[in-house]
Amino acid sequence: MKKDEIPQDPSPLDKFTKEVCYAVNEKGEYETALSRGWQVKADALGITWEEVQQNIESARQKVKKGEASPVLYYMELNMMDLATLSAYTGFWQWTIKRHLNPHIFKKLSNKRLNKYAEVFNISTDELIRFSPPIKVDASPFR
Amino acid sequence: MKVEFKHIQAAHCENGVATNLLQHAGVHQMTEPLAFGIGAGIFFIHIPYLKISNGPAISFRSMPGTIFKRTCKALDISVERKTFRSKEKAQQFLDECLQNGQPAGCQVGVYYLPYFPVEYRFHFNAHNLVVYGKENDTYLVSDPIMETATTISAADLEKARFTKGALAPNGQIYFPKEHKQVSDEQLKKAIKKGIKHAAWFMAETPVPIIGTNGIKYVAKKIKQWPGEVGERRARTNLAQLVRMQEEIGTGGAGFRFVYAAFLQQAYRYLPNETLLEVSKEFTAIGDMWRNSAVQAAGIYKGRLSGQKEFDTMGNYLLEIAEKEQIAFRELLKIKW
Repeated sequence: MKKDEIPQDPSPLDKFTKEVCYAVNEKGEYETALSRGWQVKADALGITWEEVQQNIESARQKVKKGEASPVLYYMELNMMDLATLSAYTGFWQWTIKRHLNPHIFKKLSNKRLNKYAEVFNISTDELIRFSPPIKVDASPFR
Repeated sequence: MKVEFKHIQAAHCENGVATNLLQHAGVHQMTEPLAFGIGAGIFFIHIPYLKISNGPAISFRSMPGTIFKRTCKALDISVERKTFRSKEKAQQFLDECLQNGQPAGCQVGVYYLPYFPVEYRFHFNAHNLVVYGKENDTYLVSDPIMETATTISAADLEKARFTKGALAPNGQIYFPKEHKQVSDEQLKKAIKKGIKHAAWFMAETPVPIIGTNGIKYVAKKIKQWPGEVGERRARTNLAQLVRMQEEIGTGGAGFRFVYAAFLQQAYRYLPNETLLEVSKEFTAIGDMWRNSAVQAAGIYKGRLSGQKEFDTMGNYLLEIAEKEQIAFRELLKIKW
């Protein structure tokens, strides 16, 4: 990449930094320069976020219909997969899979509910009642 | 308390941390490309069947900490490295380092890093930064991807140092144990070692999922994605590939350009024409990586669709892998 070819597209990067790029000058020597961002990357990030939002929304629907427990919704909201949630809660993955079942979720001990609430950064009451806003932005707790 | 510390921005966080820490320890010749080359940071692995956020597990970098470790080892500098079970002890140790005037490299997860914008905060645990001071309850931080030094509260830093999941940092902290000048002779030896290491891993590993063979493997997989997982999933897989490939300081094109810069700098110590030729080669390969990302973007943005486009994408990567293998083999053939 030549120095004048370094992309300078608006991107989410704008909000906090510019990124260092290595590129060649007219003499073919490498130098560093700053880039504002690249549309290709911004799009990849955008697609990934759309996916996150879709997962959250479909989880919300499932919980509303009683097909899944609130654990699924908050897991998606926090962008976790089973492995990550398992690492944070200390529960086995198969245990969490069981807890995704609303019937089993209803019978969970307070100790376990508290653990989930703590990891999801909400109150235990919020977790059980489950009334999230219809349209959510991912990770509104931030 | 505050340690005098020069913040240098870098293309890749671990290079940056290694460069900044080593310069602080007296290795004034250290630059980002040299750290990347000596530490053999260029790498590729695809782990089949493993899924990361529902997409393919692809990494363009080696395990966190290895660039720093290898660079120090090649320069014969001993390293302090610790992980912790207890958050209190982790903070205590960090504070002691700072009291002794020692800036410390820390592995952190980005999910809880408050100065990152929300868009970039995934559960990604292999970010690196240097802590170089503490004022009341705030730590002074040199994060290599930021333009300037920044700060973070003690509570946030603790969270970031103890994120969980894949590659959990467990409060990992590391720094060079000694203050040391390095001679150009030593540096030459280290450069050769780094080149051999990276070139062998990229071109000659007999494992089909590592190095250029790994890239070929993924290339073939990409062609099969639409049939195997459906076109929608295949598109998000490609977006994930591009994020791994091009996102802040990781991956495909970016790494090739840093490596090409490394070979140019290596030439200053070891004037061998092959280094410059291969450097040019890597510049061209880096541009090919960028083109492949543009092709991928066309697909995941929905401008391009159909099996044919996935085939084109796969062929891009096959061509890249082929060229890279040749380039690395050139490097292996050098008689120093």
